[in-house]
Amino acid sequence: MTPAVETTGLGKRYGRHWALSDCTLAIPTGRVVGLVGPNGAGKTTLLSLAVGLLSPTSGSITVLGAEPAATGRQMERVGFVAQDTQLYSTLSVADHLRFGAHMNPGWDNDLAQRRLEQLDLDIGQRAGSLSGGQRAQVALTLAIAKRPELLILDEPVASLDPLARREFLQVLMEIVAESEVGVVLSSHLVADLERVCDYLIVLVSSRVQVDGEIEKLLASHRHLIGPRRDPSSLPKNQQVIEASETDRQSTFLVRTEDPILDPAWTVEEVGLEDLVLAYMRRAPLAKRVRLASPDVEP
Amino acid sequence: MIEFHLNTRSGVSPYLQIVHQVRQALRLGLLREGDQLPTVKEVVARLAINPNTVLKAYRELEHEDLVGARPGIGTFVTKALSDAPLAEFRPLRHDLQRWLVKARRAGLDDESIEALFLDTFRSSAEAGVA
Amino acid sequence: MMWLTWRQYRTPILVALGALATLAVILLLTGPDLAHLYSTTVATCKTHNDCSTAKSAFLLNDADLQTALEVLVVVAPGILGVFWGAPLIARELETGTYRLAWTQSVTRTRWLSVKLGVIGLSSMAVAGLLSLMVTWWSIPFDTVNLNIFGTFDERDIVPIGYAAFAFALGVLTGLLLRRTVPAMAVTSVAFTATRLAFSAWLRPLLIAPVHRTLALTAIQGWSAGTEVNPVGPSYYNTLIPGPPGISNAWIYSTEIVDKAGHVLTSKFVANACPLLHAGVSGGPPSGTGRTVHAPAAPTALPDCIAKVGRTFREVVTYQPASRYWAFQWYELAMFTFLALLLAGICVWWVRDRMA
Repeated sequence: MTPAVETTGLGKRYGRHWALSDCTLAIPTGRVVGLVGPNGAGKTTLLSLAVGLLSPTSGSITVLGAEPAATGRQMERVGFVAQDTQLYSTLSVADHLRFGAHMNPGWDNDLAQRRLEQLDLDIGQRAGSLSGGQRAQVALTLAIAKRPELLILDEPVASLDPLARREFLQVLMEIVAESEVGVVLSSHLVADLERVCDYLIVLVSSRVQVDGEIEKLLASHRHLIGPRRDPSSLPKNQQVIEASETDRQSTFLVRTEDPILDPAWTVEEVGLEDLVLAYMRRAPLAKRVRLASPDVEP
Repeated sequence: MIEFHLNTRSGVSPYLQIVHQVRQALRLGLLREGDQLPTVKEVVARLAINPNTVLKAYRELEHEDLVGARPGIGTFVTKALSDAPLAEFRPLRHDLQRWLVKARRAGLDDESIEALFLDTFRSSAEAGVA
Repeated sequence: MMWLTWRQYRTPILVALGALATLAVILLLTGPDLAHLYSTTVATCKTHNDCSTAKSAFLLNDADLQTALEVLVVVAPGILGVFWGAPLIARELETGTYRLAWTQSVTRTRWLSVKLGVIGLSSMAVAGLLSLMVTWWSIPFDTVNLNIFGTFDERDIVPIGYAAFAFALGVLTGLLLRRTVPAMAVTSVAFTATRLAFSAWLRPLLIAPVHRTLALTAIQGWSAGTEVNPVGPSYYNTLIPGPPGISNAWIYSTEIVDKAGHVLTSKFVANACPLLHAGVSGGPPSGTGRTVHAPAAPTALPDCIAKVGRTFREVVTYQPASRYWAFQWYELAMFTFLALLLAGICVWWVRDRMA
């Protein structure tokens, strides 16, 4: 099955600063994929590369098996909503629909109209006078009405109030249920991602720290609490992601495929937010971890 | 038609919460045989959760023979839960009562009993870590 | 893509068409009257023997409108470039809407090519129509002035090339600077500089000029003058040729030379025409200017001319009127080529070097 997004050693440099480095991913299709990381980590860079707004400095990227934005045909299959959802502020919402219709052969105008009706928008209104939440909804409508196979959303809810955020995600999930479109969305809010995503990529300091299906990630990470121990004394099949200690006690966040049999440990599940934070706190130069091989040296 | 809600702080995964809420509704008679469950689309539009979560919950319920999917139409309740399932497990309840007496005699207070139970419960569940 | 281009440029195009229509009305109201006036006063002036007064009087008609049109045609291509070209990409980059425009189902190359083509051709059409109207209206004046090369930039087909170039320059500047207002400023300056440079340095070199040798006669105007030597202030007498009177020609230079090609020196004039004194005006002149004074005696000048004319001739270096259209086509072609080059750079830049 062709991955939705496949990158090999992808990197992007601006002057002397690498916004993204050594990124190797295979994002599966048909998922809702969350891309999480602190601001400046490279999320926008990665997504911009995926839609062809940027071109790589090193490595390569293919989206749905083709080079991003190389042909109109490839572009028809990908819908994009940029951060801060740029719309033409002097054009009305209705004009934006006409824009979509003229710029996309696969445009489904009925779908677009239905969505906007649900949003209770006056389509004669200029886009510049819409609220942030309304603009995000219009941008999402534009992206979905071209009937893409993949939706790429760059922090679509970052600047929205909680209600607008919730409404956006509701609409997005409804779209996913309806059309089975794949989604890649970036955010720095883990709570939102936990609700809607089933696949996660953690991007910190322009590198991928961990990626995989959320269920599997949660199942394979555990907190171990017990008497103080040296991290390197743990068995090889337990990879230490984070370690902290007091004079008597050690707490480890480990990643393992196997059951933890040592009775000295109190074993607890790890919440997604804690998991992400632990990876975010890791040293910036930590090597990437692949889901399939937990035996890799950290 | 029932409505689901999500408790994000309970530590219970969303799909299990849905399964529990369906079972609870069945027990309380809010859902009866032949009733339709909300469509996946309706659920996610209200809760803003991944459709796969809902699908997983419905599949689980189907596995327990509580609901059945009719393709193109929806998911319907096939069996009501009787009101006294717990009554069937009297021997287990009896065992548990005896254990509790033993624990108290050993000097454990309520919290320690709960901690011991949860710890044992979890680590035996752990034995099946994926 | 056509719909989008029209929708985004709807207002500017309609404004331009409205302005052209308004101008057309003004010119249609005044044009025929001017033509009529010309045919009744100037065309018949030989029979009344008052040609110079008739012509001068005629040229004063609608003087304000003449000036306004002159300014308009000269300025219009630059304005089109600045207001239509500079914002084309710059505004999208500035406001971030390029993130919307370039993620639909149209590649960047096609997006830009269509816009460049449609708006570029529109600006050329506007400039062309403007030039056409003004050229038509100015026919009587041009016929009197007999100086078509003097109005070269404001007539016929070259404004079309200027508009194309200004537009492409605007788009490229906007693309490189990524901000509309700075792009508009830089485009204005760069366009003006290019036009001036082309007119002053390149246009004269396009075709080798013609040389014509004329006898020195009294028909052409002469003045005795004082020339300041650039080395230091000294005062000489010399003869300055007046305009050679070749209609509609573009005069590069006129020189008085002998058969061997030596230029007339003031020493020769002093020897040949001792009666031709030039008074020195109060105060020493500065720079290498020529001051013109009345000769000492009324016949001294014609006598001098006749005497000098035995050895010296006037050589005029010029472009004849017949080459006017060649120059127009050359200049149109070159500016259009430049426009296409800049447009090509824009498309390449957007495709391969963008971000």
